[in-house]
Formats: sequence, C-alpha cells, structure tokens
Amino acid sequence: MNNPTGVMVGRVWLVAGFAFLYLPIVTLVVLSFNESPLVTTWTGFSFKWYGELVKDRPIIEGFVLSLKIAVMTATSSVILGTFAAVAITRYKRFPGRTLLNGMVNSPLVMPEVIIGLSLLLMLVSVQRAFGYPERGMMTIWLGHTLLGMAYATVVVTSRLQEMNPQLEEAALDLGAKPWQVFFLITLPLISQALVAAWLLTFTLSLDDVVLSAFLSGPGSTTLPITIFSRARLGLNPTVNAVATLTVLVVSVGVVFASLWIARAEKRRASEMAAAFRMTS
Amino acid sequence: MLNGSIVSSASRPSRKGLLVQLMGYFGRRFVIGVPMLFLLAIFALPFLVVFKISVSEMEGVRFLDLITVQDGLLQIKLKFSNYQTIFFNDDLYLRAYLSSVWFAALTTVICLAIGYPFAYFLARSRPEIRPALLMLLMLPFWTSFLLRVYAWKMLLADNGVFNNVAMALGVLSEPIKMMNTPFSLTLGMVYTYLPFMVLPLYANLVKLDIRLLEAARDLGATPWQAFWRITVPLSRSGIIAGALLVFIPCVGEFVIPELLGGPETLMIGRVLWDEFFSNNDWPMASSVAVVMVLLIIVPLALFNKYQAESAQGSGK
Repeated sequence: MNNPTGVMVGRVWLVAGFAFLYLPIVTLVVLSFNESPLVTTWTGFSFKWYGELVKDRPIIEGFVLSLKIAVMTATSSVILGTFAAVAITRYKRFPGRTLLNGMVNSPLVMPEVIIGLSLLLMLVSVQRAFGYPERGMMTIWLGHTLLGMAYATVVVTSRLQEMNPQLEEAALDLGAKPWQVFFLITLPLISQALVAAWLLTFTLSLDDVVLSAFLSGPGSTTLPITIFSRARLGLNPTVNAVATLTVLVVSVGVVFASLWIARAEKRRASEMAAAFRMTS
Repeated sequence: MLNGSIVSSASRPSRKGLLVQLMGYFGRRFVIGVPMLFLLAIFALPFLVVFKISVSEMEGVRFLDLITVQDGLLQIKLKFSNYQTIFFNDDLYLRAYLSSVWFAALTTVICLAIGYPFAYFLARSRPEIRPALLMLLMLPFWTSFLLRVYAWKMLLADNGVFNNVAMALGVLSEPIKMMNTPFSLTLGMVYTYLPFMVLPLYANLVKLDIRLLEAARDLGATPWQAFWRITVPLSRSGIIAGALLVFIPCVGEFVIPELLGGPETLMIGRVLWDEFFSNNDWPMASSVAVVMVLLIIVPLALFNKYQAESAQGSGK
C-alpha cells in the first residue's frame, strides 16, 4: 500500500494501537499522584501515597521476597534454558527430542492454573513421602523456573540459530578444547541473548501471581500476591504508587539494556568483519 | 569472502551437530539430560499426579491409595464421580468450559483484527524508526501484567476515569456500567494478549518479499487483491502462531476474569481456583484441570508442532 490513503490509514492505526497499549499505563502513573483516596476522583497533586508505601510492611516485605525469587529464577532459567536450547539446536537426533521440545514449549501457553495446581499437588505428595519441601520461597522458585526456562529457551534458541557455525569450527580447528570453545566462543557470542533472557525471566517472575499463589506457604507472600489481593477488593492508591515505581524502573532498565545490546551487537559485527577481512 | 575462508579445508569437521563432536558422548548426555530430567520431574510428573488425585478418594486430608492388596487380592479403586459431576450432574462446569472457549475465541478474533493491520503497518514503517516502534510495543509487555489489568479497573469503574470524563463533558448524565461485564473481560484479555498476536505476525510480515507485491501490481492486481492473495496467505504461519499464543492461555485465564469479569462471565480458570482455594476440594480441582487439558490438547499439539518447525527452520 504505497498510496497516500494507505499511508494515512497506517499511521492512524499505529497511533491508535499504541494509544490503546499505553492508556492504562499513563492512567496508573497520573493517578498515583492523586491526593484523594478514591483514586479516580482528582482532588490535588500529592506524593502522599509514596510516603505511605515506605511504611507499608506487607508491600516492602513482599517486594524483598519477590526480588530474591526473581534473581534466583532468572539465573536458573537462563542456565537451564541454555542447556535446552543447545540440545534442541545442535543435536538433530536423539531419543525424546520431540518430548523435550514439547515439554519446553508447552509452559509458554499452558494456563497457569493448570501448571500451578499440578506442581503443587506433586510437591505435596513428595512432602508427604519425604517431609520435604515445605511450601515457600523454594517451591515458588521451582515453579517460576519452569515458566522462565521456556521463555529463556526461545530467546537463546533463536540466537544460536543465527550464529555462524564456522566460528565454533574454526576454534576447534585451531586446537581449542571443547569446553574452551563453548566458554570462549559460543557463550560470548550469545551473551546478549543471555542478558535479554535473564531480564525477561526476571520480570516474569517479579510479576507472577497464579503460580506464586499456588506454591506459596504461610509467610511467603510475594509482592504480586499482596497487590492482587488488594486489587480484588477494589481500587487502592498504594497499588498505583507501586505501579508507577515499577513502570519507571522497568522503562529505564529496558531502554538501557536494549541500548547496551545494540551497541554490543554493532561492536561484535565490526570485530567479526575485521577478523574475516584479515584472513582473506 | 565470508564463505569458508577462515576454515582450513584439510581438517574441517563435518557440518552436522558441531557440539556433538565438541563435547563428546558425556557432554551430549549432560546437555540433553539436565533439561530433560528437570522437565520430566517438574512438568510431566505433576500431570500424572493430578490425574491420580482426580480419581482418588479423600479421607480427611489424606488421599487413599489407588491400589491396595487386601486378603491377597489386588484392589484398584478409581473414583470417577468427579467426572460424572462435571459432565452430567452439574451443568456449571460445562457452561464454564463453553463460555471460556467462547471468550478465548472472541479474544483471538479481535486480537487478529486489530493486530494484523498493526503488525502489517509496523513491518512497512520506515526502517529507521522501526526499532523504536518495536521497543514501544515491547515496553508494556515488560511492565507488570497484573498492574496493567488493574489499570483497566480504574478506567472502566462506575466512578472510573471514562465515566467521570464523559459526565464532566456532559456526554453522559449518569455512569454506564462497564466493569464486571463481558465487555470489560474481553477488553482486558484483548489488551493483555495483543502483543502476543502482533509479535509473531510482525516477524513474519517483515520478511515478506516486496517484489512479490510489485509483480502482482505489474500483472494488474489492485493493492487490495495483492493483499488478500499474496500477503495474507504467505503470513499464514504467523497467523496460526499468534492465534494459538492468544487462544490457549485465554481458555484458562484466571487473573483477568477475577479482576475484570463479573457474574455473567463464567470462566473455567476461576472455577478451578474456587474448587481449590475456597472449597478445598483437591480431587474436584484436579478433575477440572484434567478436562481443561483435554480441551486445549489439540491447539497445544499444533503449537508444539509450529514451535518445533520454527526451531528447525532457519537452523538449516
């Protein structure tokens, strides 16, 4: 569609689409500065709810717990996801390949209530038999890792596929040992994907309600569980303040991360071009 | 220049599966075994447990063993009454399943209707602004899903932003009810899942060879004909991927119906949640989960097939 009408329609559609995506976020942020406890009735500008937040123990404690779980989840997900991605992209034939593929992809779309319920019931059975594990931080971590691993695998797989296999072959030819090739060639080449996967699984874990609700025990209430239980009851000004802080941190984080990834990508491309030039 | 000049041809290893040679037999086993065992234990085994509990008898808080040996007789006790309840005795469950599938399908269709043109125009936008637009699309995706759903509550409530603004402008004399209706539920699901539709479509449409459209135009096709006969058929795999990414999780969605749904919007995810958390009926919750898995098994298999193909695809 190169005609002017088409271009106009395209612009309007994109602008309207982005407006739709951002309207709720902007509303959250603006109303977090509303002085009124009624949230949607504007009475004046105020930082009052941010002050309340500092004194809000369930929010603070939930945040600390969620942060711990998110760091653990992101790390374990990226490690397991890299294993799975290497297995899927580098080994074309092995028994159970379809099974592995299915198990690693299904959590991407499987309703979380099913994953949460089944994992919980298994953990309860295990606990009855062996007395371990108690429901709490560790069980939430396990559930989040299952979900995070699926996302990490997708991100790392796509990177491994577009990687030039000659680089690994060349290193091998030049006498590098297999583990050296993996740590000195493969890992640095997929490092941006690993960072992206880490950040993605980190935010997934920080945000998850359903798995956490099934897998948490007494005394392990994560931030989203606290927010969810308040949001269920109605509008709550502290939720807006939390939301605004989240949006702020995430936007800054994502923008910086993508700038870093873009720069590293550029540098790597030019280094590789130089390397290939030298040899030819 | 790029082709093979770096590799001396003499000792060049064969092309297939490099890490096979790299890590040797043990390495290969390790790389495959670690994720495999983890997923078998944490993902596959729990489904067997759920199935077992769905046919178990409860005594207090304990499940009775399915298989017992009594007087030298092997006894297998399976309790199918939960499934009987779901299918025959109480129509709540069947209505919830049907209504979940309906809302998921509706959400998928609306996401496709909004998302396809969106992805199309995104893929046709000027290359220099495309990364920025993509980032704009991803950013909400990274911010908390829970909080974005909550935000719609503020917009749609009886005393919410939309009603307040409309009444202040004199468009409405009294607030219209939008919250806790099928409308608010569908809106929330479309909003949440739209990026899942747009991203695979975009990835597909951006690769479309423009020359095909030029050829169609040269042969006398109108832009509209070229769109329907070339662009749409070529983006089939993107449409399927996007539709599955929206439909499957929507069937079992819990958070959105809980926050934005109402009495008319029966969803099976909420039914399962209530069986488990409110009624503490674990066997019943398990039966509901088993039937839900059966409901999504075909789209799920399709999705896995698609993912496996795209993992093979560019990997030669």
